[in-house]
Amino acid sequence: MSVIDVSKSFGAAGAGTLVLDDIDLDIRRGEFFSLLGPSGCGKTTLLRILAGFEQPTSGQVLIGGRDMVGVPPHLRPVNTVFQSYALFPHLNVYDNVAFGLKMKGVPAAQQRERVARALETVRIQEFARRRPDQLSGGQRQRVALARAIVGEPQVLLLDEPLSALDLKLRKELQVELSNLQETLGITFVFVTHDQEEALVMSDRIAVMNRGRVEQLGRAEELYERPRTAFVATFLGSSNLIPGTVQELTPGGGAVIRTVHGPLTTAHASGLRPGQEVVLSIRPEKLRMERDDETEGNEVRARVDDIVYTGAENQYLLQASGQSLVAFQLNADIGADEDFDYDEEVALYLPPESLVVLDG
Amino acid sequence: MLTLRRFFATLGPGTLWLLVFLVLPLLIVLGYSLLTRTDVGQVGLPVTLENWQRVFGYDALFEEFVPDNLLVLWRSVWVAGLSTLLCVALGYPLAFYIASQPQRRKNLLLLLLIIPFWTNFLIRVYAWIIILRPLGLYPSTLAVLLGMTYAYLPFFVLPVYSSVEKVDWRLVEAAEDLGATPGRAFWAAVFPQTLPGLVAGVILTFVPALGTFVVSDILGGAKTALVGNLIQNQFGQSGDWAYGSALSFLLLGVVLLGLWLYARAAGQRGLEELV
Repeated sequence: MSVIDVSKSFGAAGAGTLVLDDIDLDIRRGEFFSLLGPSGCGKTTLLRILAGFEQPTSGQVLIGGRDMVGVPPHLRPVNTVFQSYALFPHLNVYDNVAFGLKMKGVPAAQQRERVARALETVRIQEFARRRPDQLSGGQRQRVALARAIVGEPQVLLLDEPLSALDLKLRKELQVELSNLQETLGITFVFVTHDQEEALVMSDRIAVMNRGRVEQLGRAEELYERPRTAFVATFLGSSNLIPGTVQELTPGGGAVIRTVHGPLTTAHASGLRPGQEVVLSIRPEKLRMERDDETEGNEVRARVDDIVYTGAENQYLLQASGQSLVAFQLNADIGADEDFDYDEEVALYLPPESLVVLDG
Repeated sequence: MLTLRRFFATLGPGTLWLLVFLVLPLLIVLGYSLLTRTDVGQVGLPVTLENWQRVFGYDALFEEFVPDNLLVLWRSVWVAGLSTLLCVALGYPLAFYIASQPQRRKNLLLLLLIIPFWTNFLIRVYAWIIILRPLGLYPSTLAVLLGMTYAYLPFFVLPVYSSVEKVDWRLVEAAEDLGATPGRAFWAAVFPQTLPGLVAGVILTFVPALGTFVVSDILGGAKTALVGNLIQNQFGQSGDWAYGSALSFLLLGVVLLGLWLYARAAGQRGLEELV
């Protein structure tokens, strides 16, 4: 699927709101592709344009090389799993799933076979005679899924399908969906605002904000090398440290002058001395130590607050007037916090983990 | 503690109401239908089945079969059925139109639909004479048809409108996404959701139309007497209350038959939704 220079405005020409701004994406066959972003970033609008429910104000959408301009939803090789599932309340599970096949005139024997297979795939065969109002949320979700895959579409679009489910069920289904996608080999385009969900399930993620794609790439890429402050803070959390480039070091690094003193980063491509930059470092990469070991890249801080989240301790620290966050794993079961409130600590910022953001 | 007295105390008011205002009157009418006419508007013994025989077209000695009543009943069913169909044809799209308007216009349109009820029914029917006479359509069966459709249209539109308001339009997108053309998507996704309202509207239109006598009296002629007129006659000019009571039960029977058929088709849930 290719999205080429797609823009979308709602409202009167010249006075409307710009919801999508020049989106360019290529989605590869058979991949699990996620559109990730906060509410209002345009990801659902983009999905609806892919499905054919909206037309772009400008730009093109190609599916399998075919231009989809003006092609209505019922003629596209695409099926959608809606956020509200949109099951037909007057039909039972079997008829819901068979609906698309009936519309396309598939002969009855084939219908039965394909529906049975789809129901088996999502493991809901025993509820075939029930109606949607007799099913739980998770079961309805499976029916919506079965209904969408039975037609063997080229692309499956999923609009936040797990958002209505409780945490445990959501995590189970995340894994199931991921496996299902691999088994079926269908291209999935998955919309979500939950970054963990996107990280767990996707091959590639497009992080969207205010109608634009901020960064596109694989999960590790986005996490380890965020390019913008938005991506750094939306995907996981981040410490953002502004500074000025002091000098470049041999080996591709740079020394940045910050309020915490000079910090060395290993990722200095394209930087010039005197340039204003923002550094980003993930909380789990900060090392907390008591002693003063002069390795450089050291920041003195005071423990302001401690949050215990079971698997880890989250430390809120104050250093030179800035708040920093550090995560530490609770390696020992039942151990108290390593560090106490108001304790002075030395934070070590590994240069490898200090990323320079664009803009 | 659930004692017998308490049980009756809670059951009491509702059952009492039904007994006094429904069962008792029906029993009285039934009783009348089994008695003999003694004088204008009077009945007395002996108990007889003669009235019922007449209803079905036989005279006292089972000699002649003159099914005039059944013909009249059949005509009533036809006229009521046609006017109901007209109401459906006009009212169903109207309900959608109203539901698709912005809130203020919607309220205005609903008001326009209901305002006629604030004026006298008789006067509204008489107004049709003024409209139809220059067209040469008064008096006629067509006039009765038009008058009935006009009278019962709001009864039809309101329940349908209430169903249409509750329609989940996202299902249309789901249907289209799965391969239904927009037309088929409507029938597959929207129409079934409006069925409860549609059926309620049909029943609220057909049943009163079946028993109407005002419209057919004013807009029809002697040739278009309906069952309602027949019954009205018995309790009016003819003064044969016994016969009229029997006829009333005939009408009641037809209505109950219709409801029973509906209940068979729609099942328990359908009945619940209807109520």
